[in-house]
Amino acid sequence: MGAMFFVVTMALYFAATVSYLAYLLWPTEALSKVSLGITAVGFTSHSIALAARMIGAADVSPPGFHEALSFSSWVLILVFLVVEFRHRLHVIGSFIVPLALISLVFAAALPETAPTLTPVFRTLWVHVTLSMLGTVGFAIAFVAGVMYLIQDGLLKSKRFNVLYSKLPALDFLDHLNQQSIVTGFPLLTLGIITGALSAEFSRGSYLNWNPEQTWALVTWVFYFVVLMGRLTVGWRAKRAAYLTIIGFAGVILTLIGVVLKSHGPVS
Amino acid sequence: MHIVVVGLSHKTAPIEIREKLAVPESRMGEALTRLCSYQGVREGILLSTCNRVEVYAVVDEIESGYGRIQDFLADAHLSLSSEQLTPHMYWHEGDRAISHLFRVASSLDSMIVGESQILGQIKEAFEVALTHKATGIILNKVVKKAISVAKRVRTETKIAEMAVSVSYAAVELAKKIFSDLSEKTVLLVGAGEMAKLAARHFIANGVRHVRVTTRNPQHALELASRFGGTAVAFEEFREDIASADIVLVSTGAAHYLVSEDDVQRSVKQRMNRPMFLIDISVPRNIDPAVRHVDNAFLFDIDDLKTRVEQNRGERLNEAERAERMVVDEVGVVRQWLQSLEVTPTIVALRARVDDIKQAELDKTLGRLANLSAPERELVESMASSIVNKLIHNTMVTLKAEVNSSEGVAFIEAARRFFSLGDPAVSNVNESASSASETCHSSQEDIRGIDELAPRTSSKMPDH
Repeated sequence: MGAMFFVVTMALYFAATVSYLAYLLWPTEALSKVSLGITAVGFTSHSIALAARMIGAADVSPPGFHEALSFSSWVLILVFLVVEFRHRLHVIGSFIVPLALISLVFAAALPETAPTLTPVFRTLWVHVTLSMLGTVGFAIAFVAGVMYLIQDGLLKSKRFNVLYSKLPALDFLDHLNQQSIVTGFPLLTLGIITGALSAEFSRGSYLNWNPEQTWALVTWVFYFVVLMGRLTVGWRAKRAAYLTIIGFAGVILTLIGVVLKSHGPVS
Repeated sequence: MHIVVVGLSHKTAPIEIREKLAVPESRMGEALTRLCSYQGVREGILLSTCNRVEVYAVVDEIESGYGRIQDFLADAHLSLSSEQLTPHMYWHEGDRAISHLFRVASSLDSMIVGESQILGQIKEAFEVALTHKATGIILNKVVKKAISVAKRVRTETKIAEMAVSVSYAAVELAKKIFSDLSEKTVLLVGAGEMAKLAARHFIANGVRHVRVTTRNPQHALELASRFGGTAVAFEEFREDIASADIVLVSTGAAHYLVSEDDVQRSVKQRMNRPMFLIDISVPRNIDPAVRHVDNAFLFDIDDLKTRVEQNRGERLNEAERAERMVVDEVGVVRQWLQSLEVTPTIVALRARVDDIKQAELDKTLGRLANLSAPERELVESMASSIVNKLIHNTMVTLKAEVNSSEGVAFIEAARRFFSLGDPAVSNVNESASSASETCHSSQEDIRGIDELAPRTSSKMPDH
């Protein structure tokens, strides 16, 4: 059952992505309702797929990257729906929904249960959940950063096009960027700590400097600096947008590293 | 029974005529009473603004109705005869009258398309008409629909959002940088007319902190007190730029007053919080090189004008979409009005009770399988006779009242009692269902329209 809903979800997110991208370029507002409707149905289907998986397997098999990516895609949509309902900011869907789709497509490309060394399932579930929530925070910051740079560019070059009229105010995007990092950073921190704990359980050492752990720590330090820079010396606005985009690239590299390590390089 | 509009507007009559016909608020009640006293005028509402004077009415006959309303308008001013008015008037009936009202309410017929005051003015006119019991079931419904159409046009098209003045374009741009203007500070440098106007627009849009500087300190103090702000010494204003989120410059100086370095330093002081600089002076007072400073957004008079031109074009497109909405909505009202005609109502009523009768008969006869043919006929005829007796009085009353002033209310009631409503027009039916006589008003009606449209207190648009 879960697998069927997963496929349905993917189809709906694809339709929503197409619809949201059309909305971005079309002057009318009508498409936003259609897109939101498709997304909401997709989200429901996604929730069912995840719930089926949780009920079926949470206690007997460890979470793999399939689950992790599917979960982060679900949280992305959840965050989007919350922002949409609070701020009526349709255009953010044009950025988040495609990202959620990409995440889901990668999930689909990976086998459902990954070969993992760890027998300590519960710790691992916590580790994966926290890390993914942190990642979603950075993903939202990334989206806010991209939107910020686009709007900044349009204002600077005085191109008052459809995109300009649909994108929100710069300070709103900067605030969204800040909030996402402020929320995502502690979650990632906890994710790393629980990751280290499960590594200790399974391999007997907290940290063995494999590429995955190294990148995770580099990412952590990077976001720490970004956050401190914002709070102390005013790394906000355009600079924050650039930094969060770069940071998210780091997160993606980490994830790819993790996946390659588990599944072996693609031959 | 026909809906008509008779009136004149800025499109058909010069101000000299319009001002003579304008009915002041204080005499509105008296005028409405007079309007309703004309024979053949069943319901009426009078809309009087500085751009239009119009009477919407429900009349028995179109031609005589037109004449009486025109007489009524001419009566407002001693020096005018009805004939003198003729070249300036327009007369519409039926769909065209409804469509005209919808277009007026949606500000498609306004001097400045998209302005918002007309909706408030229609609301006021409607409230006065309700208070003086001048409207009835038809106009109540049509005017409420007009208000909701106007609201729909405002929310679904961008007709009202378009800035068509340079000073307002500045506010619109600021809103793409700052989502909440109320916590922002405006620094006004110089006292050019356009800058003052822009400052006023900013204040109207929530800005609470205004700082003013001019070469003449006295002048700055005066302006500051007028805007509820503080004055800043002209010699020191460069040091003050950092405290302002929005800098409006408009002086007669022939050189740059604000340099790239000034802005660069300010942005740094502001820890990269964005700044919005508007240079409305000619020659320019802010060095154009400021564009290269990150997180500072400079717009000069040409940029603002470009924006205004674009908005004019877009506004035309939006107006076209609004026109299509009006056409749709007129169709909805037309359907409702048709349902108020007596013959279709009687046909629908007959069909409805026959359906019920047949369904019940089928059910009962299905259980009484061993009845003989004559017995079955007996049961059937009993059912028919009950049904016929039940609706007999309704049918007779509907036919008898068709030409009375309350006929419409009877039809509406019959439709509701027997659930004959057309689903396509049910939303109209809900919004105004209370009227049971020609002149009716209730608190509910007034509350209803308050929810539909924002109140506007001023009677005259300031454009």
